[in-house]
Amino acid sequence: MLNKTLIGHVLDPVELPVEEGRLKFLAKALGQTDPVYSDLDAARAAGYPHLPAPPTFPFMLEVDALDLVDFMALVGQDLKKLLHGEQSFAYHHPICAGDRITTVKTITDIFDKKNGMLEFLVSENTFTNQAGILCAATRTNYVFRNA
Amino acid sequence: MPELTYDALNVGDDLPTLTSDPISRHTLALYCGASGDHNPIHVDLDYAKTAGLDDVIAHGVLSMGYLARLLTNWVPQRQIRSYKTRFTAITNVGDTVTCTGKVAEKFEAEGEKRVRLELFAETPQAQTLIAEAVVAVN
Repeated sequence: MLNKTLIGHVLDPVELPVEEGRLKFLAKALGQTDPVYSDLDAARAAGYPHLPAPPTFPFMLEVDALDLVDFMALVGQDLKKLLHGEQSFAYHHPICAGDRITTVKTITDIFDKKNGMLEFLVSENTFTNQAGILCAATRTNYVFRNA
Repeated sequence: MPELTYDALNVGDDLPTLTSDPISRHTLALYCGASGDHNPIHVDLDYAKTAGLDDVIAHGVLSMGYLARLLTNWVPQRQIRSYKTRFTAITNVGDTVTCTGKVAEKFEAEGEKRVRLELFAETPQAQTLIAEAVVAVN
Protein backbone atom coordinates (compact mmCIF):
# COMPACT_ATOMS: atom_id res chain seq x y z
CA MET A 1 0.00 0.00 0.00
CA LEU A 2 1.15 3.48 -0.83
CA ASN A 3 1.91 5.65 2.16
CA LYS A 4 -0.62 8.48 1.90
CA THR A 5 1.19 10.58 4.49
CA LEU A 6 3.65 11.34 1.68
CA ILE A 7 1.21 13.68 -0.07
CA GLY A 8 3.03 17.02 -0.12
CA HIS A 9 6.44 15.41 0.42
CA VAL A 10 9.22 17.24 -1.43
CA LEU A 11 12.29 15.23 -2.42
CA ASP A 12 15.74 16.79 -2.20
CA PRO A 13 16.78 18.86 -5.26
CA VAL A 14 19.10 17.05 -7.67
CA GLU A 15 21.42 18.87 -10.11
CA LEU A 16 22.15 17.04 -13.36
CA PRO A 17 24.42 17.88 -16.32
CA VAL A 18 22.93 17.77 -19.83
CA GLU A 19 25.61 16.09 -21.91
CA GLU A 20 26.10 16.42 -25.66
CA GLY A 21 26.94 12.72 -26.08
CA ARG A 22 23.82 11.69 -24.20
CA LEU A 23 21.61 13.82 -26.45
CA LYS A 24 23.20 12.32 -29.58
CA PHE A 25 22.69 8.81 -28.17
CA LEU A 26 19.09 9.69 -27.41
CA ALA A 27 18.50 10.96 -30.96
CA LYS A 28 19.75 7.59 -32.22
CA ALA A 29 17.57 5.66 -29.75
CA LEU A 30 14.49 7.64 -30.82
CA GLY A 31 15.18 7.25 -34.54
CA GLN A 32 15.47 11.03 -34.72
CA THR A 33 17.12 11.99 -38.03
CA ASP A 34 16.50 15.77 -37.84
CA PRO A 35 20.09 17.13 -37.63
CA VAL A 36 19.02 19.82 -35.16
CA TYR A 37 19.19 17.09 -32.48
CA SER A 38 22.62 15.68 -33.34
CA ASP A 39 24.61 18.26 -35.34
CA LEU A 40 25.85 21.35 -33.53
CA ASP A 41 25.89 23.51 -36.68
CA ALA A 42 22.27 22.60 -37.46
CA ALA A 43 21.28 23.32 -33.85
CA ARG A 44 22.96 26.73 -33.95
CA ALA A 45 21.35 27.51 -37.31
CA ALA A 46 18.02 26.79 -35.62
CA GLY A 47 18.84 29.34 -32.91
CA TYR A 48 19.99 27.06 -30.09
CA PRO A 49 23.28 27.63 -28.25
CA HIS A 50 23.96 23.86 -28.34
CA LEU A 51 22.09 20.64 -29.14
CA PRO A 52 18.53 20.96 -27.81
CA ALA A 53 17.06 18.27 -25.60
CA PRO A 54 13.94 16.68 -27.13
CA PRO A 55 10.43 17.21 -25.72
CA THR A 56 10.42 14.09 -23.53
CA PHE A 57 13.86 14.82 -22.03
CA PRO A 58 12.64 16.38 -18.76
CA PHE A 59 11.13 13.00 -17.86
CA MET A 60 14.55 11.43 -18.36
CA LEU A 61 16.09 13.91 -15.94
CA GLU A 62 13.24 13.11 -13.57
CA VAL A 63 14.20 9.43 -13.79
CA ASP A 64 17.92 10.21 -13.47
CA ALA A 65 17.24 12.10 -10.26
CA LEU A 66 15.50 9.11 -8.72
CA ASP A 67 16.77 5.72 -7.67
CA LEU A 68 13.66 3.71 -8.54
CA VAL A 69 14.38 1.07 -5.90
CA ASP A 70 14.81 3.71 -3.20
CA PHE A 71 11.71 5.55 -4.43
CA MET A 72 9.63 2.37 -4.25
CA ALA A 73 10.89 1.82 -0.70
CA LEU A 74 9.94 5.42 0.19
CA VAL A 75 6.40 5.16 -1.17
CA GLY A 76 5.83 1.59 0.01
CA GLN A 77 5.29 -0.16 -3.31
CA ASP A 78 6.81 -2.83 -5.55
CA LEU A 79 8.57 -1.89 -8.80
CA LYS A 80 7.10 -4.98 -10.46
CA LYS A 81 3.60 -3.56 -10.07
CA LEU A 82 4.47 -0.19 -11.60
CA LEU A 83 2.94 1.15 -14.80
CA HIS A 84 3.21 4.63 -16.25
CA GLY A 85 -0.30 6.08 -16.32
CA GLU A 86 0.03 9.63 -17.56
CA GLN A 87 2.82 12.07 -18.37
CA SER A 88 2.60 15.79 -18.99
CA PHE A 89 5.13 18.49 -19.84
CA ALA A 90 4.95 22.27 -19.75
CA TYR A 91 7.74 24.03 -21.65
CA HIS A 92 9.08 27.45 -20.73
CA HIS A 93 12.68 27.66 -21.98
CA PRO A 94 14.90 25.33 -24.06
CA ILE A 95 17.13 22.79 -22.32
CA CYS A 96 20.39 22.35 -24.22
CA ALA A 97 23.64 20.42 -23.97
CA GLY A 98 25.93 22.12 -21.49
CA ASP A 99 23.11 23.11 -19.18
CA ARG A 100 23.02 22.06 -15.55
CA ILE A 101 19.43 21.38 -14.59
CA THR A 102 18.15 21.23 -11.04
CA THR A 103 15.00 19.18 -10.58
CA VAL A 104 12.74 18.99 -7.56
CA LYS A 105 10.00 16.37 -7.18
CA THR A 106 6.89 16.91 -5.07
CA ILE A 107 4.43 14.10 -4.40
CA THR A 108 1.10 15.82 -5.01
CA ASP A 109 -1.51 13.08 -4.73
CA ILE A 110 -2.01 9.44 -3.75
CA PHE A 111 -5.33 7.65 -4.28
CA ASP A 112 -6.75 4.28 -5.20
CA LYS A 113 -9.53 2.80 -7.30
CA LYS A 114 -11.36 -0.51 -7.45
CA ASN A 115 -11.10 -1.12 -3.68
CA GLY A 116 -7.35 -0.69 -3.72
CA MET A 117 -6.70 -2.96 -6.70
CA LEU A 118 -5.20 0.04 -8.48
CA GLU A 119 -3.16 2.66 -6.63
CA PHE A 120 -2.06 5.98 -8.10
CA LEU A 121 0.77 8.32 -7.15
CA VAL A 122 1.02 11.72 -8.80
CA SER A 123 4.16 13.83 -8.66
CA GLU A 124 5.24 17.15 -10.11
CA ASN A 125 8.80 18.11 -11.03
CA THR A 126 10.32 21.47 -11.87
CA PHE A 127 13.45 21.84 -14.02
CA THR A 128 15.54 24.98 -13.50
CA ASN A 129 18.76 25.75 -15.36
CA GLN A 130 22.10 27.13 -14.12
CA ALA A 131 20.85 30.71 -14.67
CA GLY A 132 17.84 30.10 -12.44
CA ILE A 133 15.42 29.99 -15.39
CA LEU A 134 12.49 27.59 -15.07
CA CYS A 135 12.78 25.51 -18.26
CA ALA A 136 10.04 22.94 -17.83
CA ALA A 137 7.64 21.27 -15.44
CA THR A 138 6.25 17.75 -15.51
CA ARG A 139 3.41 15.86 -13.92
CA THR A 140 3.79 12.10 -13.69
CA ASN A 141 1.07 9.62 -12.80
CA TYR A 142 2.38 6.28 -11.53
CA VAL A 143 -0.04 3.34 -11.42
CA PHE A 144 0.44 0.23 -9.26
CA ARG A 145 -1.50 -2.94 -10.10
CA ASN A 146 -2.17 -4.80 -6.86
CA ALA A 147 -4.11 -7.58 -8.63
CA MET B 1 9.59 22.41 -43.70
CA PRO B 2 6.75 24.40 -45.30
CA GLU B 3 5.77 27.51 -43.38
CA LEU B 4 2.66 26.96 -41.27
CA THR B 5 0.42 29.90 -40.56
CA TYR B 6 -2.33 30.19 -38.00
CA ASP B 7 -4.77 31.62 -40.53
CA ALA B 8 -4.19 28.77 -43.00
CA LEU B 9 -4.79 26.05 -40.38
CA ASN B 10 -8.26 24.65 -39.85
CA VAL B 11 -9.72 22.57 -37.07
CA GLY B 12 -9.65 18.99 -38.32
CA ASP B 13 -6.45 19.37 -40.37
CA ASP B 14 -4.29 16.26 -40.12
CA LEU B 15 -0.62 16.32 -39.25
CA PRO B 16 1.67 14.12 -41.37
CA THR B 17 1.60 10.58 -39.95
CA LEU B 18 4.78 9.03 -38.59
CA THR B 19 5.34 5.29 -38.26
CA SER B 20 8.24 3.89 -36.26
CA ASP B 21 10.37 0.95 -37.23
CA PRO B 22 9.30 -2.26 -35.46
CA ILE B 23 10.45 -2.07 -31.82
CA SER B 24 13.15 -4.69 -31.33
CA ARG B 25 14.93 -5.74 -28.14
CA HIS B 26 17.84 -3.74 -29.48
CA THR B 27 15.59 -0.64 -29.73
CA LEU B 28 14.65 -1.13 -26.07
CA ALA B 29 18.26 -1.65 -24.99
CA LEU B 30 19.35 1.55 -26.73
CA TYR B 31 16.45 3.48 -25.24
CA CYS B 32 17.11 2.05 -21.77
CA GLY B 33 20.67 3.34 -21.89
CA ALA B 34 19.99 6.67 -23.57
CA SER B 35 16.87 7.60 -21.61
CA GLY B 36 18.16 6.53 -18.21
CA ASP B 37 14.98 4.53 -17.58
CA HIS B 38 16.65 1.36 -16.35
CA ASN B 39 13.54 -0.42 -15.10
CA PRO B 40 14.45 -4.03 -15.98
CA ILE B 41 10.89 -4.80 -17.06
CA HIS B 42 11.79 -3.21 -20.43
CA VAL B 43 14.94 -5.19 -21.19
CA ASP B 44 15.28 -8.25 -18.95
CA LEU B 45 12.99 -11.14 -19.99
CA ASP B 46 13.73 -13.13 -16.83
CA TYR B 47 12.70 -10.18 -14.68
CA ALA B 48 9.58 -9.51 -16.78
CA LYS B 49 8.45 -13.10 -16.20
CA THR B 50 8.81 -12.68 -12.44
CA ALA B 51 6.48 -9.68 -12.79
CA GLY B 52 3.87 -11.92 -14.42
CA LEU B 53 4.49 -10.86 -18.02
CA ASP B 54 5.17 -13.11 -21.00
CA ASP B 55 7.82 -10.76 -22.38
CA VAL B 56 9.45 -7.40 -21.82
CA ILE B 57 7.29 -4.37 -22.66
CA ALA B 58 8.31 -1.14 -24.36
CA HIS B 59 8.77 2.08 -22.41
CA GLY B 60 5.63 4.21 -22.74
CA VAL B 61 7.80 7.31 -23.01
CA LEU B 62 9.58 5.77 -26.02
CA SER B 63 6.28 5.96 -27.91
CA MET B 64 5.78 9.44 -26.49
CA GLY B 65 9.19 10.27 -28.01
CA TYR B 66 8.06 8.99 -31.41
CA LEU B 67 4.90 11.07 -31.13
CA ALA B 68 7.08 14.06 -30.23
CA ARG B 69 8.99 13.50 -33.47
CA LEU B 70 5.70 13.94 -35.33
CA LEU B 71 5.33 17.24 -33.46
CA THR B 72 8.85 18.53 -34.12
CA ASN B 73 8.60 17.47 -37.76
CA TRP B 74 5.60 19.81 -37.93
CA VAL B 75 6.80 22.84 -35.93
CA PRO B 76 10.15 23.82 -34.41
CA GLN B 77 10.35 22.49 -30.86
CA ARG B 78 10.55 25.97 -29.32
CA GLN B 79 6.91 26.52 -30.42
CA ILE B 80 5.63 23.64 -28.26
CA ARG B 81 4.04 24.99 -25.08
CA SER B 82 2.78 21.76 -23.53
CA TYR B 83 2.51 18.07 -24.30
CA LYS B 84 0.73 15.40 -22.31
CA THR B 85 -0.44 11.84 -22.71
CA ARG B 86 -2.33 8.99 -21.15
CA PHE B 87 -0.79 5.57 -21.68
CA THR B 88 -3.77 3.37 -22.58
CA ALA B 89 -2.20 0.05 -23.59
CA ILE B 90 1.11 -1.78 -23.50
CA THR B 91 3.46 -1.77 -26.50
CA ASN B 92 5.11 -5.11 -27.21
CA VAL B 93 8.35 -6.20 -28.84
CA GLY B 94 7.90 -6.27 -32.62
CA ASP B 95 5.21 -3.59 -32.68
CA THR B 96 5.36 -0.65 -35.02
CA VAL B 97 4.03 2.58 -33.51
CA THR B 98 1.89 4.73 -35.78
CA CYS B 99 1.60 8.34 -34.68
CA THR B 100 -1.18 10.62 -35.89
CA GLY B 101 -2.50 14.04 -34.99
CA LYS B 102 -4.98 16.69 -35.95
CA VAL B 103 -5.79 20.28 -35.15
CA ALA B 104 -8.49 20.30 -32.48
CA GLU B 105 -8.76 23.98 -31.56
CA LYS B 106 -7.43 27.40 -32.54
CA PHE B 107 -7.19 30.00 -29.79
CA GLU B 108 -5.20 32.89 -28.40
CA ALA B 109 -3.53 32.88 -24.99
CA GLU B 110 -0.74 34.87 -23.34
CA GLY B 111 -0.60 37.12 -26.42
CA GLU B 112 0.04 34.21 -28.78
CA LYS B 113 -1.89 32.40 -31.48
CA ARG B 114 -1.95 28.75 -30.52
CA VAL B 115 -3.44 25.48 -31.67
CA ARG B 116 -4.37 22.49 -29.58
CA LEU B 117 -3.53 19.21 -31.23
CA GLU B 118 -5.12 15.84 -30.54
CA LEU B 119 -2.44 13.18 -30.90
CA PHE B 120 -2.56 9.41 -30.91
CA ALA B 121 -0.18 6.48 -31.05
CA GLU B 122 -1.25 2.98 -31.91
CA THR B 123 0.27 -0.43 -32.44
CA PRO B 124 -1.29 -3.07 -34.69
CA GLN B 125 -3.18 -4.33 -31.59
CA ALA B 126 -4.28 -1.24 -29.72
CA GLN B 127 -4.37 2.50 -29.24
CA THR B 128 -1.45 3.08 -26.87
CA LEU B 129 -1.29 6.84 -26.29
CA ILE B 130 -4.05 9.43 -26.20
CA ALA B 131 -2.19 12.70 -26.17
CA GLU B 132 -2.52 16.42 -26.61
CA ALA B 133 -0.16 19.29 -27.31
CA VAL B 134 -0.44 23.05 -27.47
CA VAL B 135 1.82 24.80 -29.96
CA ALA B 136 2.25 28.45 -30.89
CA VAL B 137 1.76 29.22 -34.58
CA ASN B 138 2.13 32.71 -36.04
